[in-house]
Amino acid sequence: MIGNWKKWLGEYGPFLLVTILIVSGWEWVVRRGMIPAFILPSPSAIWMSLIENRELLLEDHLPATLKEVLLGFGLSLGGGLLLGVGMHFSRPLEKVLYPFLVISQTIPLIAISPIFIMWFGYSIWSKVAVTILIAIFPIVVSTYDGLKAGGIEYRELLLTMGANRWTIFKKIQLPMALPSILSGLKMSVVYCVVGATIGEWLGASVGLGYFSRRMSGNLKADAVFAAIFLLSLLGIVLFLIISFIEKMLLKNQIRN
Amino acid sequence: MNTCSGIWFTKEEIGLSNSSFVSIEKLTYAFESNRPIFQNLTMDVKAGEFVSVIGASGSGKSTLFKLITGLLEPDQGEIWINGENVGNRLGKVGYMPQKDLLLPWRTVLDNVLLPLEVSKENSQRRIPEIREWLNRFGLTEWETAYPDELSGGMRQRVAFLRTIMTGRDLLLLDEPFGALDSLTKRNMHSWLLGLWGELQKTVVFITHDLEEAILLSDRIYLLGRETLQEINVKLPRPRSSELIYQSEFITMRKELECMIHDDR
Repeated sequence: MIGNWKKWLGEYGPFLLVTILIVSGWEWVVRRGMIPAFILPSPSAIWMSLIENRELLLEDHLPATLKEVLLGFGLSLGGGLLLGVGMHFSRPLEKVLYPFLVISQTIPLIAISPIFIMWFGYSIWSKVAVTILIAIFPIVVSTYDGLKAGGIEYRELLLTMGANRWTIFKKIQLPMALPSILSGLKMSVVYCVVGATIGEWLGASVGLGYFSRRMSGNLKADAVFAAIFLLSLLGIVLFLIISFIEKMLLKNQIRN
Repeated sequence: MNTCSGIWFTKEEIGLSNSSFVSIEKLTYAFESNRPIFQNLTMDVKAGEFVSVIGASGSGKSTLFKLITGLLEPDQGEIWINGENVGNRLGKVGYMPQKDLLLPWRTVLDNVLLPLEVSKENSQRRIPEIREWLNRFGLTEWETAYPDELSGGMRQRVAFLRTIMTGRDLLLLDEPFGALDSLTKRNMHSWLLGLWGELQKTVVFITHDLEEAILLSDRIYLLGRETLQEINVKLPRPRSSELIYQSEFITMRKELECMIHDDR
């Protein structure tokens, strides 16, 4: 028990210590009046704002953003896996699709988002579209690259056993690609939060991005920071969930 | 000319059945735009025979295996397996590559079951039989272990058992003991010699360890740059790994070495 606690402290202790130092320094600087509170609110003011707005934030805005993120991530996951596997099996598809994928990442998200708002209106789908645009790329690339890396020697071994392409895919390539795919998912889920927030900034009537934009219009920096805090927390929680799934799935793969 | 003629190598039959299990006729193969690696290569292996192929690195031993398994197709010539010359040889022979290639996310038992899963056999029904094999291979306690928990010798045994589980009569073993230390290797030799009687398989074995080749084989093919020499090993079976200390064995080894130098 004490050993566990020590291990945990060794792992996260330095991070916690630095966080406490930064937050206390921040609080001290603002309280001393070195920086005006409407530019940089103190951590305690952000906390107060969070509590003050808790009903609005937790009952309306967070669920709205979460819904966009989950919908966007779900569709990116399905579509990304499909495209990654498709590109793996079909050379022509790979040749056509890969450049488009890269181009899609060079488009500034802020610039294209208004177009999505034009197409999909203020409905949830404009936000989901922005989310997918940013979140699908890491999934497709990690799936495709992971499948490509799956050792040629294993492939040959299974061929000599009389395996067909599908069997090789199922028994060798997919399990071997799994670590890469899961890394892609971890990146993607964090991007989803970014995508949904950008979408909300540009046109929404609900959501944490919308809330932070409205509050910044009102010069309520503490409320903006409260929304940012929740968004960051959302990203962290989603990331940890995928990390947990990764650990479960790969417990025999990365055994050392 | 062969200047190494000795009393221990003769080319007469050594009491095996006459039917060729594998016969390779006038095989020619070249990697793209290169000098052919084989030219008019002809060799045969009889049913139940243990044949070693020795050659310097780069002489195409592994390529020869890929041709026999059907991973590669010959430019010219024919490969017959068990009297058949079918277009697609894949899935007709058991192939054990140089590296053990065990899947790290599968237990020993699940690794051994892989060939059965590939051939869509009902693997669950054959588990009692496989347990018996695991016992014979000294792996019973390791059935649920993962490959990274095993020693090099054990991993090699698992890979060998997986090759046997393909159910093919012909096994191609590509330097299976090449990566093992000499002590483990010696243990593996004793173990394989002990097992050979009940195995009922035909084996082609790549090695560059001369001692190993003489100890295990009925016949040795010496794959040279241009030539192929054939050597019969007239040592009675069952053999024991103690043979290597006998003067007769040492003379054989010396002659074999001499033949290899002659070839260069």
